[in-house]
Amino acid sequence: MANIDIVNKGLQKRYRAEKRFRLYGICAIVASLVFLAFLFISIGANGYTAFQQTFVRLTIYFDPTILGEANDRENIASANFPGIVKKSLSEMFPEVTSRGDKRLLNSLISSGASYTVRDMVIKNPELVGQTYQVWVPADDDVDMLIKGHIERGVNESERRLNDKQVSWIEKLERDGNIEKRFNTIFFTAGDSREPELAGVWGAVVGSFFTMLVTLALSFPIGVAAAIYLEEFAKKNRWTDIIEVNINNLAAVPSIVFGLLGLAVFLNFLGMPRSAPIVGGLVMTLMTLPVIIIASRAALKSVPPSIREAALGVGASQMQMVVHHVLPLALPGMLTGAIIGMARALGETAPLLMIGMVAFIVDIPSGFTDPSTALPVQIFLWADSPERGFLEKTSAAIMVLLTFLIAMNALAVILRKKFEKRW
Amino acid sequence: MDANMNPTMLLFTILVLSAMGFIIGRKRSYAVASQAGGISGLHSRPTYYGSLTALWCAIPALIIFSFWLLFESRIITDLVIASLPDQLQNLPADRLNLIINDIRNMVNGNIVSADPNPSMVAAAEHYKKLNSLSHASLSVIVIAIAIGAMLVIQKTIHPKLRARNHVEQVIKYILVACSTIAIFTTIGIVLSVLYEAIRFFRIIPLTDFLTGLAWSPQMAIRVDQVGSSGSFGVIPVFMGTMLISAIAMCVSVPIGLMSAIYLSEYANRTFRSIAKPLLEILAGIPTVVYGFFAALTVAPMIRDSGSIIGLDVSSESALAAGLVMGIMIIPFVSSLSDDVINAVPQSLRDGAYALGATKSETIRQVVVPAALPGIVGSILLAVSRAIGETMIVVMAAGMTANLTLNPLKTVTTVTVQIVALLVGDQEFDSPKTLAAFALGLMLFVVTLILNVIALVVVRKYREQYE
Repeated sequence: MANIDIVNKGLQKRYRAEKRFRLYGICAIVASLVFLAFLFISIGANGYTAFQQTFVRLTIYFDPTILGEANDRENIASANFPGIVKKSLSEMFPEVTSRGDKRLLNSLISSGASYTVRDMVIKNPELVGQTYQVWVPADDDVDMLIKGHIERGVNESERRLNDKQVSWIEKLERDGNIEKRFNTIFFTAGDSREPELAGVWGAVVGSFFTMLVTLALSFPIGVAAAIYLEEFAKKNRWTDIIEVNINNLAAVPSIVFGLLGLAVFLNFLGMPRSAPIVGGLVMTLMTLPVIIIASRAALKSVPPSIREAALGVGASQMQMVVHHVLPLALPGMLTGAIIGMARALGETAPLLMIGMVAFIVDIPSGFTDPSTALPVQIFLWADSPERGFLEKTSAAIMVLLTFLIAMNALAVILRKKFEKRW
Repeated sequence: MDANMNPTMLLFTILVLSAMGFIIGRKRSYAVASQAGGISGLHSRPTYYGSLTALWCAIPALIIFSFWLLFESRIITDLVIASLPDQLQNLPADRLNLIINDIRNMVNGNIVSADPNPSMVAAAEHYKKLNSLSHASLSVIVIAIAIGAMLVIQKTIHPKLRARNHVEQVIKYILVACSTIAIFTTIGIVLSVLYEAIRFFRIIPLTDFLTGLAWSPQMAIRVDQVGSSGSFGVIPVFMGTMLISAIAMCVSVPIGLMSAIYLSEYANRTFRSIAKPLLEILAGIPTVVYGFFAALTVAPMIRDSGSIIGLDVSSESALAAGLVMGIMIIPFVSSLSDDVINAVPQSLRDGAYALGATKSETIRQVVVPAALPGIVGSILLAVSRAIGETMIVVMAAGMTANLTLNPLKTVTTVTVQIVALLVGDQEFDSPKTLAAFALGLMLFVVTLILNVIALVVVRKYREQYE
């Protein structure tokens, strides 16, 4: 048999192997994209309902005998607002008389309802003595029922609301006294134990302060370090050590940076726990390597002819860098910084170490106020057993992903706009 | 001027003073230039005289400012402790810490845990006084230094002053200082983790830690308590980490590698430009999101499908955490392998084609072997990533340390234990919290070794074809 026959004999098999190999490649890519799509769909499907919230319309009589005199604001804030809310509910359902039933009825309205009413009165004391219709947030169980996460058809013992409560809710529905509205609480409130009153704003502000510290420190320091290493440093053992160090730091697990923050910033230096300033410092140390590496790449891409031209007309080395090289490299550095910041924004583990994981209701107002960050809030809510927090968690993830996508899109636009091919 | 300004205001003041210094310095240089026959009589351009004044105005003040604030709280706390009555001072360290916390809370006007006793109220007052004294003296010192430096420098400005050289020298020192921060970070990590770890190994011997087969860090609060002796054998924890990482690598290596091969060898330009960024999105998703996904979607799915075929799957199985971690790591493997595959010279491929090899044969027998060191390096980097990954395992893996290789069982990992031991209130000298630092040290050392090997391998390989 001639050689060509041997080759031809195996050819079909080899072509099949070729096809199979190619198919594996496509499968690998499709598999990862399917994972990605599955992740997004599962988060979206769980979370989109959180952007709406169930409200109940109550007819509230701002009873002067409970609220006291209209001009006395100090006392008004501490008046019995839950009582007013309860009263209006029992007027709506006059048939509910026994104490146990009344308690069940009252549990349909969120404990935040009395705050809504209180804030109305504090804002406008003229209301006292009048009757108004007020939309107040419903309890999270009602919210879940309306959204269909609690089944109405199943046996009473298998759901968190009993048949009586469901019948009351259905009555509210028939009268048009219950409806889903856009969930402003979610975007304006801090954390809460009640899912219907919990919001991401406190965490967003905490993240904002943390990122501000990170950006203010890591960008200038990172750019300065990159300029030194790329433009001034002589190639010797010292700069070699620095380089190896930077590359290693970029691969150190983030939780180790958290340990560093705990041991040095909190325990040794006695800085406040849970504060964005400490979070920012830890994140700075973490993002520095990323920014340095990106900035060096940006400096490298500036052609040497520019440097030589500047030096040729008599600029000093510093002038050459500051006047000519840096402006050309800046878009690349900014892109790197934004990507580094996006990574820091999603980072959770080091923040757990420095105590930014506490339950904090108030919106932080400064760099040393106790606060959480957006990813930590997600972590905290994911741990909560209430069904209402499940959709809140997914919605918070969507908020976080929105920020990340916006930042990355900005980086891409910057790169597209300023990228120069020399 | 209000002597008791807060640090943010003070920082702002320094910057304003420095800006004023710039203007004054520049003005002064114009003034001396007019005597020396115009600007051309100056050694440097007027801006440099301004910058010189501004730099000298800001830098000493800023250095004092930051060091003062870094150490302020610690020093004041020590002073307050020293002023406490003896019976409070002699309390054990953890109780003392609680009291200090209460005092700080009182100072900040927060709710205090216990009834405030008079000596603590006095201490809080003392703390407040020291704090405002410290801020006041800081303000005075810093502002005095800034203004003083400004005046001295603007006096020394004369046409022969080599302002540009001075400014450039100072800036260069700043650049050098910035570039050494990476080294200080590494030193800081090593020292802080090592220090606490050594304290831990004084209580629990290193050999027990490294060879023990049981991990249950719950220590007894009282000596006579039952069943809470606490044992710190790291092997089950480490095995758990290895198990989950191995599952992750089983997912990410084949998928990542095949995607890299397809993208760099087969895909056309359009497909590549769409698929590659999409893959990179996987790397950009925060790990807490993966953790939520693993705990909420993947783990129940695996448990349910396991129960269909009659397997008893834990709801915190290693499989769920490992699977999701594998998905997260795919882009690390694929983009690093993509780089090394692209670095293989085209001539090698052409040689193989000329001998009649099909494309897949070329890839399998020429390109991949040539790129192997780089691929191994990228896999090592991915392994170190998997070992150090925290949020996915915290949310989806368990807390109990089982010594098992069954992926359907619950295992725990090094990072889960660090988080479990350190989140919440902590006293700083129980073996329980110190154990977290021992684990951290182990994590750091293991990932460091993996990274160094990977970097060396990748670098060596890259040089081969350049």
